[in-house]
Amino acid sequence: MSVDIESAEARTQKLEGLGAKRKRVEDVRFTQGKGNYVDDLKFPGMLFGDFVRSPYGHARVKSINKEAALKLPGVKAVLTAADLKPLKLDFMPTLAGDVQAVLAGGKVLFQGQEVAFVVAEDRYIAADAVDLVEVEYEGLPAQVDPNHAMDSGAPGLRDDLQGKTSGAHGPRKHDNHVFTWEVGDAEGTDMALKQADVVAKELIVYQRVHPCPLETCGCVALMDKVNGHLTVWGTFQAPHAVRTVASLISGIPEHKIRIISPDIGGGFGNKVGVYPGYICSIVASIVLGVPVKWIEDRMENLQSTAFARDYHMTGEIGATKDGRITALRCNMIADHGAFDACADPTKYPAGFFSICTGSYDIPVAHVVVDGVYTNKAPGGVAYRCSFRVTEASYFIERMVDILARKLNMDPAEIRRKNLIRKEQFPYHSALGWEYDSGDYHTALDKALKAVDYAGLREEQKRNREAFARGETRTLMGIGVSFFTEIVGAGPIKNCDILGLGMFDSCEIRVHPTGSAIARLGTISQGQGHATTFAQILASEIGIPAANITVEEGDTDTAPYGLGTYGSRSTPVAGAATAMAGRKIRAKAQMIAAYLLEVHDDDLEWDVDRFRVKGVPERQKTMAEIAFAAYNKVPPGMEPGLEAVSYYDPPNMTYPFGAYVCVVDIDVDTGVSDIRRFYALDDCGTRINPTIIEGQVHGGLTEALGIAMGQEMAYDEFGNLKNASLLDYFLPTAVETPVWETDYTTTPSPHHPIGAKGVGESPNVGGVSAISNAVNDAFAHLGLTHTQMPHDHWRVWKTAERLDLTTA
Amino acid sequence: MIPASFEYHRPRSLDEAIAVLASHGDDIRIVAGGHSLIPMMKLRLAQPGHLVDLQDLGELRGIDADGSTIVIGAMTTQHALITSAALAATVPILRETSIQIADPQVRYCGTLGGNVANGDPGNDMPAVMMALDASYRVTGKAGERDIPARDFYQGAYATSLGEGEILASVRIPAPADGHGYAYEKQKRKIGDYATAAAAVVLTLSGGKCNSAAIALTNVADTPLLATEAAAALIGTGLDDTAITEAARRAQAIAKPSADGRGPADFRAHVAGVMVKRAVARAREHAA
Amino acid sequence: MPKMHVKLKVNNREVEGLAEPRTLLIHFLREQLALTGSHIGCDTSHCGACTIDLNGKSVKSCTMFVAQANGAEITTIEGFVNPDGSLHVLQEMFREHHGLQCGFCTPGMITRAYRLLQENPDPSEAEIRMGISGNLCRCTGYQNIVKAIRAAADRMSHAKEAAE
Repeated sequence: MSVDIESAEARTQKLEGLGAKRKRVEDVRFTQGKGNYVDDLKFPGMLFGDFVRSPYGHARVKSINKEAALKLPGVKAVLTAADLKPLKLDFMPTLAGDVQAVLAGGKVLFQGQEVAFVVAEDRYIAADAVDLVEVEYEGLPAQVDPNHAMDSGAPGLRDDLQGKTSGAHGPRKHDNHVFTWEVGDAEGTDMALKQADVVAKELIVYQRVHPCPLETCGCVALMDKVNGHLTVWGTFQAPHAVRTVASLISGIPEHKIRIISPDIGGGFGNKVGVYPGYICSIVASIVLGVPVKWIEDRMENLQSTAFARDYHMTGEIGATKDGRITALRCNMIADHGAFDACADPTKYPAGFFSICTGSYDIPVAHVVVDGVYTNKAPGGVAYRCSFRVTEASYFIERMVDILARKLNMDPAEIRRKNLIRKEQFPYHSALGWEYDSGDYHTALDKALKAVDYAGLREEQKRNREAFARGETRTLMGIGVSFFTEIVGAGPIKNCDILGLGMFDSCEIRVHPTGSAIARLGTISQGQGHATTFAQILASEIGIPAANITVEEGDTDTAPYGLGTYGSRSTPVAGAATAMAGRKIRAKAQMIAAYLLEVHDDDLEWDVDRFRVKGVPERQKTMAEIAFAAYNKVPPGMEPGLEAVSYYDPPNMTYPFGAYVCVVDIDVDTGVSDIRRFYALDDCGTRINPTIIEGQVHGGLTEALGIAMGQEMAYDEFGNLKNASLLDYFLPTAVETPVWETDYTTTPSPHHPIGAKGVGESPNVGGVSAISNAVNDAFAHLGLTHTQMPHDHWRVWKTAERLDLTTA
Repeated sequence: MIPASFEYHRPRSLDEAIAVLASHGDDIRIVAGGHSLIPMMKLRLAQPGHLVDLQDLGELRGIDADGSTIVIGAMTTQHALITSAALAATVPILRETSIQIADPQVRYCGTLGGNVANGDPGNDMPAVMMALDASYRVTGKAGERDIPARDFYQGAYATSLGEGEILASVRIPAPADGHGYAYEKQKRKIGDYATAAAAVVLTLSGGKCNSAAIALTNVADTPLLATEAAAALIGTGLDDTAITEAARRAQAIAKPSADGRGPADFRAHVAGVMVKRAVARAREHAA
Repeated sequence: MPKMHVKLKVNNREVEGLAEPRTLLIHFLREQLALTGSHIGCDTSHCGACTIDLNGKSVKSCTMFVAQANGAEITTIEGFVNPDGSLHVLQEMFREHHGLQCGFCTPGMITRAYRLLQENPDPSEAEIRMGISGNLCRCTGYQNIVKAIRAAADRMSHAKEAAE
């Protein structure tokens, strides 16, 4: 037997495990156009469904006439609420404990709301039929200002909630009230604010935006009447949850439902919830006995699927005159549109907004959120962030900057003064979270040094002087953000969605010839799980990542999980993967000991094999053990090499980062140029640095869109002013700057491999850094806060208000 | 997303095209590049019963930049305008403008004729044609006629093009050697229509401006020829005072609508800024 | 409307079919020819996910009727694989440089990049960004796409030099 084996280092490299810049396995099919997205699916006899949608923001539906549509050759059915009512499917439960109309009954409550579902032989006929359905509406005044939705005179929007004085989250104080949620110490905060040396108060609005993934939502529903089996392929970020909900509302037992998420072209939270299109397709397939496909177009996606944000936050921050924060208060209105279709854990109707004390050691805080209904699309979801974490982070990062202004302190310095210190971890925040780990000061120092922050402020000083002298019409702004995210929902004791605990899972089976298959309860929409989760396993069980197939998304085979959103895959399913891997290794150890005729404890693990301690040439590789598992296991042990882990995380994880943005604003045009953007992320253990970098680039670009131009704007009649990509701002490669990425590594102490998740951090930190930079450009001239988006006209109006626009 | 049905015609000659147009009155639309019409058809904002595709009409293509009148076939694509060395040498404002229209794919299909003839106030070429004092040769059953660009635009989607007429070519008096030019366009992102844009063509002699034309894009329901603004430049050395006055006069005639690009006062202000910057760049080009 | 007969060359193969005049080229490719590599991401001709190469031009196939493409020569993403099954250098470089995540914009992006490099074999970063300004991506932030295209340009020019 040869003892001439490669070094541990060489063997580790070959595994392409944790930390390797492994090339993505998904790319092989995607670069060839061989992805399998839901609109690529075709089945014999498949029909196509399309919606008749309300052009009005608020109206009574007087009548629906399907006659002309049904007469069009090729049209097979036209469903309305009247058809769904006997099946009790005219309304469906939302993930937030509300109900949402599948097809409008007496009323339409937002522009684009689904009114009828046409099913035809192909999408062209369906489109023609949609035009032939005659709907008579009686217009009603629209309520689009959430700040007035609960005025005493404001008419109640929800006929179905008439007289209901409580909802899923407690008592309701008005017809348009969804919930009130409160956390923190009201009295203590009030007292601290009253006693503070200085208090800064500001209304911070995080405008309504939309995740807008490049692929819209859609599904193919196939009811096999012979076997009583329903299969639905669709754009589902949480396939198992969809299966359970589908079973509960349809009455079809869960073992007879199969939900499959094929390749998904981006999710960003937009594909978590259940949409009327899915329900209607299922009903149509059951009624017509053939597969039914529904694929929305872009305008439908923007008009009717889950939006994000729309939080109106009045903040007060108190501090000593030296800038030590003593208290934080937030009173806010959350606009949920016509139906509360949030995808938050049940106990958190405002998500994890209570992370709004951010990265700072704030002793006392209080938050009150009032959710309201308006005549807008239902929602909201976590658009590339954890639940309401961008809102919370933006809120605190702006408040800290505003406080810095008031105290005439540098924004980086006030942060340094208030950042939670390393020795305070695990840190218990005033609003109830236990932050797992962090070394904030190191990260801040590293970031400021990397950009030569002092040099930038010097340059800004010279720029401001030159501007005052009339030598330049450009103002330089520097934005700092230091965010802490709370991701990886989450411990079952406080995180569930509709009663489904937010654990996640991994099931592994090792084959006799030493390769393996792993299935997870999550589902990638571009994050590269097939590549990265194999890396986690490779490091745990010593099989090269290239020999591990990772599958997700088919509820018939994948273990139950709560899906992918809120950066939860790595923290939860990644942990399950590591734990399942350890179970495999534990069994492998016993088999190896048996084969080598030693005791389990006599063995040590060396990258991809067990060796006898002190006698290293006596060894068994994982590949050898795998084969042995199928014919030579110790007496009393089951053959095979398989394990499953359902992981209930003990806590969330808390990735953090320090971002710096430099912007140059042309005061005469309102055009802002992001000259430089530096992002330092700490996501704990880094599984694949290339993929992390890609996530940061993508998240920052989404942040750019949000900060600089995205909004879902409604006029007073409830018309959505920007329902297409002509007006909804998605940056091209030209608007997108070069992103500089950097990192520190502070592992999570409670996660099996110390990883925290990173996919959404850049959106969280990016929006604040960019917005802070724009605000900073005008700060010396008296600006405290200007609302996003910082598009040209708003920036120019800011300059105009400050009397800068006449040269 | 799905257009309504129509009958499709693909004539092989200009005469055939004119005949097809004549037989369908107002229920027929021309598809040239298709990138204005087809998006409208997909939204069902346009539902013509007939479409006539001009892509096989060789007589509508071609660039002749040799003489004192530059003649460009209406079906010439933006891409062809950009890559034409002859146009770069004789009327470089065309390339500068074309590169700011939409994106590379659209520019491969979109035609000069489509951009100037459909009357969309957001299109960029109409203002440029007005600044160049170009004329449009249109043809129809009644024969040919030339319409000056400056007289062509009546309102949003309303032009002097009669029913059954096709724009055949664009004719531009060749600008003088050494002329100054610029097309300055502010947009929310690359490829967007203008928040406001200004086309400037001018000449200098002995350091003084002896001719100038300024036209504005997307700040009214037609492109605007800013005659008074241009007059403010004549006889001056294009100093700051003259440029500021020209910009002020241009801003005064701008009547933009409020939209996602901003409120009316902002867009009018930007029109003024675009004029300023365009004149400054035109001066540099003329040097 | 009665269907018309169309005949075109797609990925070097002569194809024909029957389609209504209003059938969009993207639907003809995806549904009649089962070439589902090109995707639909919007309704207003902005996103570029449907980009194909037609008669030497990058074209958004959602903004053209198959009737207009009668007689045309088209390459879709499916046509980029070499006859021996090896990948086109652009496909390799996109993988090499992590120029994709969800993959939805990728076929249109690669098809456009191909024509961009034909127009300009040695593009600067700014020229690449302008060159792909008709292709939207929500995942990558474009940075690695630009890298991938630049790397492909380098490889292609080295190959050209080696051949000369």
